Amino acid sequence: MSTATLAHEHEHHGPPTGLKRWLFSTNHKDIGTMYLVFALTMLFFGGASAMLIRAELFMPGLQLLEPDLYNNLVTNHALIMIFGAVMPAAAGLANWMIPLMIGAPDMALPRMNNLSFWILPAAGTMLILSFVVPFFPEGGSQINTGWTLYPPLSIQVGMSMDFLIFAIHLLGISSVLASINIIVTIFNMRAPGMRMMEMPIFVWTWLVTAFLLILVVPVLAGGVTMLLFDRHFGTSFFNAAGGGDPVLFQHLFWFFGHPEVYILILPSMGVLASVIPTFARKPLFGYKSLVGAMLAIATIGMVVWAHHQYTIGMSLGAVSYFMIGTIIISIPVGLMIFNFIATMWRGSMTFETPMLFAVGIILMFTFGGLTGVMLAVVPADMQYHDSMFVVAHFHYVLMPGAVFGLFAGVFYWLPKWTGHMYDERLAKTFFWVNVISFNVTFFPQHFLGLAGMPRRIVDYNMMFTEFNVVSSIGALVFGLSHLLLLYIIIKTIRGGQQANSRVWEGARGLEWELPSPPPFHSWTVAPALKG
Amino acid sequence: MALARPSGKYLTVAAVLSALAGPASAELGLNFPPPAAEVAQEIYDVHMLTMGIATVLLIAVFAVVIYSLYNHRKSRGYPADQKFHETWFGNWSWVIVPVMVLGVDLSIAGSAQKTLAKVWEVPKGEDLMDLKVVGHQWWWEFEYLDHDVKVESRYVPEEKAGDLYLREVDNRLVLPTHRKIRFLHTSADVNHAFWVPELGFKKDAIPGYVTETWAEIDREGVFRGQCAELCGTWHSRMPIVVEAVAPEKFDAWVKQQKEIKLAALAEATSDRTWTKDELTEKGQGLYNTKCGGCHQINGLGLPPAFPGLKDSPMVKGPVRPHIDIVLNGKPGTAMPPWNTLTDLEIAAIVTYERNAWDNNTGDVVQPKDVKAAR
Repeated sequence: MSTATLAHEHEHHGPPTGLKRWLFSTNHKDIGTMYLVFALTMLFFGGASAMLIRAELFMPGLQLLEPDLYNNLVTNHALIMIFGAVMPAAAGLANWMIPLMIGAPDMALPRMNNLSFWILPAAGTMLILSFVVPFFPEGGSQINTGWTLYPPLSIQVGMSMDFLIFAIHLLGISSVLASINIIVTIFNMRAPGMRMMEMPIFVWTWLVTAFLLILVVPVLAGGVTMLLFDRHFGTSFFNAAGGGDPVLFQHLFWFFGHPEVYILILPSMGVLASVIPTFARKPLFGYKSLVGAMLAIATIGMVVWAHHQYTIGMSLGAVSYFMIGTIIISIPVGLMIFNFIATMWRGSMTFETPMLFAVGIILMFTFGGLTGVMLAVVPADMQYHDSMFVVAHFHYVLMPGAVFGLFAGVFYWLPKWTGHMYDERLAKTFFWVNVISFNVTFFPQHFLGLAGMPRRIVDYNMMFTEFNVVSSIGALVFGLSHLLLLYIIIKTIRGGQQANSRVWEGARGLEWELPSPPPFHSWTVAPALKG
Repeated sequence: MALARPSGKYLTVAAVLSALAGPASAELGLNFPPPAAEVAQEIYDVHMLTMGIATVLLIAVFAVVIYSLYNHRKSRGYPADQKFHETWFGNWSWVIVPVMVLGVDLSIAGSAQKTLAKVWEVPKGEDLMDLKVVGHQWWWEFEYLDHDVKVESRYVPEEKAGDLYLREVDNRLVLPTHRKIRFLHTSADVNHAFWVPELGFKKDAIPGYVTETWAEIDREGVFRGQCAELCGTWHSRMPIVVEAVAPEKFDAWVKQQKEIKLAALAEATSDRTWTKDELTEKGQGLYNTKCGGCHQINGLGLPPAFPGLKDSPMVKGPVRPHIDIVLNGKPGTAMPPWNTLTDLEIAAIVTYERNAWDNNTGDVVQPKDVKAAR
């Protein structure tokens, strides 16, 4: 092909304008941006529901919410945060960064990329409808089951449950399509000469995550479909009176639900593996063992699901197996954290916002992981199970492990995406307010759980007042702090100091060899890898 | 935590806010309450052991990270060691670290396994007292299978329970000390979970399943817990109160329960005609405990899930459909059948509902009307 033809083609490949640019986009950067904007929007929906929950729990008594509305919010908070905020945000990072990092011109399947994104707003709408439908005449009762949707309670719920089941189907389809795209891209689109064991760890984490998604999301889809059949078509999959088994749903749900935790966490761990070497100014420690640890986490993580169900009355043999399997996961997770710390060790560290988040994640995620080991121990879990201790534990895992990792990634790559430096002073303020209020919110909940407060209760005895007050005050600050994040992001998009292509002094990798912001079509010619 | 707090919750909140700056107030619930059974004590020990190990590890990680944060920074002029990952440590840490973690894991799992076997398996070949625990939306039913006694246990409204609101019930679960008790858990509707922290365990109540646990309570006392599995609207209103008493007191209590049961049976089966006042008085007590949770004490309900009964066309209409719905429930809704109640009890409830809250239909429903409707 002559140079003249190339130039000619380029004229027609500039970004389209207006609505069409976004609606019909097949460009990985635009789709990545849309994923991130969608996730940010849902973050505020999910956050608002969490703040209402904490407002109700601020004091004993029923002040703000009817019990069913409270339960409805509990359900929606979880689903919106998991399926609406964290997973799309991670997919947004994947869309933006994987082609840049492996030297590919775009994702392998750009039209499917468009489809997998545009299913999301429909699914999100359906999810929100499931929340509001009961407020319309003949709308039925609210979803008061929590995101776990255990039957028989979920059979009792009105038509909002059907909206929710449909929303889960859509979200699942979107995730599976995105995963297929990511796997195909990683396997086929790497720059010539880039071997699998030379890919950036972020790409590895997403490869593992995508496989996990494809393996477990269909199981959830099957489970909720059986629920739908039980509700409307007279089957008795989960109805003991009809020969079914209510516990079967729990197994199906957690066969998805536990790997889902790793799906949420792994991409953020990939961000950490990019951020820490940059700001420690030395290579990542233990690349191979990180890849191995990740594969081990994914493999073992698939076969320990029933540790969420220790109290259902399994046999001694079964609980012993699930206990030991779960505790064993601490080995690869511990190795991962160790490698991150060893990357910092004897580095030449500076503490820009992404690095602050990275350090925060290492400390808080370790804490959450250790309470996880406590929860894995069956006899003690007889006490912790379904108490506020569990709530504290999984927020310590998922906020640092997933959400703060995404924040780190956003601050790390925002200058690359927009071409502008963010306001470092404001961003550091955001970090401190965010992390401190997070701890104020969730640390006291450990004590509440140990003292005997179950989770998912709308009202509590006054013996639990003190820590709930502290937790709710923390939650108010924590929730509001995200407005600052929004402000920083908008400000950065609108302008700011011009970022150079390298952005960070210690940054290494293909994405930093492109200008900031990268052109609409990047790596149209595959980069030559440096030996 | 002081249970005998004289004033309301707002004062507590104010106290917390003012105490935040100063030293933490005493008696805050920071850990499990003292165990009341040997197995619970072992569970408590496992908890303390794993928490101890976790704390040591946490301190170690924090120490290393903080040391590194302080020393290995650019502002102190520390040069990055570009070859650190290629030292012998870098080459072998992938073996060293997992082996160390495995050592910790095995010591935790090993100590837990012994307790687990003991907690999990109900002692065989021993004389056990069987207690059937049935979860309902939203109350507990305790059936003493060896004594032919049944206790219905419901939350007590705030006006009566005071500071113990949501931790107090109308009828406590009375259990003997120093006797091995087997708990058989099941549910009449959705999943619930029986949790009394002092007994050391939590067990799900699942419809169609019977799950079992056991305990031997070793001291007298009142132990409070709650339902721990989300079971719908009033999940928060399912307290469990265990009153552990010496065996002889327990025997006396069983005898007393049987007498009460006999007296109630005699009353319910007598042929007499009841006056409106007698029925409404009885009906009010029954309504407030059994129906008030959903339809509310003031009869206004919580629409749309729980319809109000004040000015309800169902309650103010013909008597027979009203009796039928109480007896048989309403399929597809949360309204359960109440046919385990006696004719007298249902007659009392229906009479009360038809005359309370300005419904004033003037109807008096006699036990024989209910009998005819069965």
